[in-house]
Amino acid sequence: MALPLFHPTDDPGPDFSSLLRRSGMPAVPAVPQGADVAASVRHATTVVALRFAEGVVMAGDRRATEGHAIAHRAMEKVFPADRYSAVAIAGAAGFAVEMVRLFQTQLEHYEKVEGVHLSLEGKANQLAQMVRQHLPLAFQGLAVVPLFAGYDTARGAGRIFTYDVTGGHYEEADYQATGSGGRDARTTIKLGFREGLSHSEGVELAIQALYEAADEDSGTGGPDVVRGIYPTVAVVTADGYREVPEEEVAERFQALIERKRTEREAVGGSSSGGELA
Amino acid sequence: MTMPFYVAPEQVMKDRAEYAQKGIARGRSLIATAYADGVLIVAENPSRSLHKISEIYDRIAFAGVGKYNEYDQLRVAGVRHADTKGFAFSREDVDARSLANLYAQYLGNVFTHEMKPLEVEILVAELGTNGRADQLYHVAYEGTITDEDRFAVLGGEAETISERFAADWRPDRDRAEAIRAAVKALAGPQRTLGPNDLEVAVLSRENGRRSFKRVTDGELAQVLEGVEPPPAPAQAGEPTPRTSGGADDQAAVENSG
Repeated sequence: MALPLFHPTDDPGPDFSSLLRRSGMPAVPAVPQGADVAASVRHATTVVALRFAEGVVMAGDRRATEGHAIAHRAMEKVFPADRYSAVAIAGAAGFAVEMVRLFQTQLEHYEKVEGVHLSLEGKANQLAQMVRQHLPLAFQGLAVVPLFAGYDTARGAGRIFTYDVTGGHYEEADYQATGSGGRDARTTIKLGFREGLSHSEGVELAIQALYEAADEDSGTGGPDVVRGIYPTVAVVTADGYREVPEEEVAERFQALIERKRTEREAVGGSSSGGELA
Repeated sequence: MTMPFYVAPEQVMKDRAEYAQKGIARGRSLIATAYADGVLIVAENPSRSLHKISEIYDRIAFAGVGKYNEYDQLRVAGVRHADTKGFAFSREDVDARSLANLYAQYLGNVFTHEMKPLEVEILVAELGTNGRADQLYHVAYEGTITDEDRFAVLGGEAETISERFAADWRPDRDRAEAIRAAVKALAGPQRTLGPNDLEVAVLSRENGRRSFKRVTDGELAQVLEGVEPPPAPAQAGEPTPRTSGGADDQAAVENSG
């Protein structure tokens, strides 16, 4: 690798994607027109984000699918973008994970070259550009739809941004969910959301949303009690990005399952499933 | 047609070296040293925004003396090299040695082939982890690279400062002690340097993934007055960017502390 020096009139500045292109490493590959690869490619599914009093909660299930088969049971879909933001992905997993890696590097690269952080808005715009570059692949069924959330240090509040395949990005007021189970997750959050949720209530609501999504959608993985695999939950506040420990997530899911079971037993519906088996 | 005068190659090299040395000697010096938690870099620099010391990558820092525009260009090239390499391979594959070699080759090339040599000296420091020692690479204006295992002094009065600093050097000093010793050596017997004249940063094993951290003016003032600053509040550590998407990445997350 050579030392990447550029003439001042031709300098890529703090833009890492542009630097990669100059180094001959294109960030977005080309897939031949008409190739039907969508069914044999891993897809990542449901992710949710919601605002609470001190910041944002972001959570994602762990399932990756290839067509109708489960491809991976322990996939991570929620990632730290930098100290004060998180990004979650739904869509073609290979491209999505690579996009996250590029995004993470871009944010850190900017910070190091320029000596200052990008604003939260600036980060959201950067991600939009990456999604837009991916548009040709989206038309071939390989869409990547991220969810971006972070703590805006200037405003002192959590903010959530959603994207569509064209790179359009929209700020959400309170919550959003995307991916195949997104609709069910969204409905659950809608019913439980109110202004000023506490840290614990926020995490609980995200967990409920993923549970309900897994209940309705085949692409979304629920809590895997047998293997001990639980959805990823992360929180971004003024203290930065922090993952909720897996034991805590497991306990919350077990409590939720227990609650559901007692509710069913209370209405006497516990036999319906048993008779079928 | 006029014929250029013949100048002996020895003379050309000597003139260039002198030119570069003069340029470097005009600037102020810096010291990089190993201390208990990692690597400390102390530079005499009255500017708050035109840095001499900067972050390159997780465990790598850069420091330069001489002409600002010249070493800053090298700094940015270093960040680009490290980020590209980390993106193409993995974060652990980015090392100071290969970067220092690239700098040495570039400086050597400019020294022999260009009209004007670069008037800079640079330092590439890497924090040792997993039992490996800290590394300090000192690259001179003509591309000479030296690997220092205790400390490095760059700049005009490097030799005098080096003698002063070597006198009571120890590897296991804590941060405050090491800062005070470095500032004393930089200032010499005649002067005193305050927080406003200094730029201080560390690569510390306590800082998580991105080990580079600047020491603020307030902290520095306390250290120089001999008041131990209270232990820094547990700050938001830089999260480890894991993206391989599999469960086997758990180890990397735990390592980040």
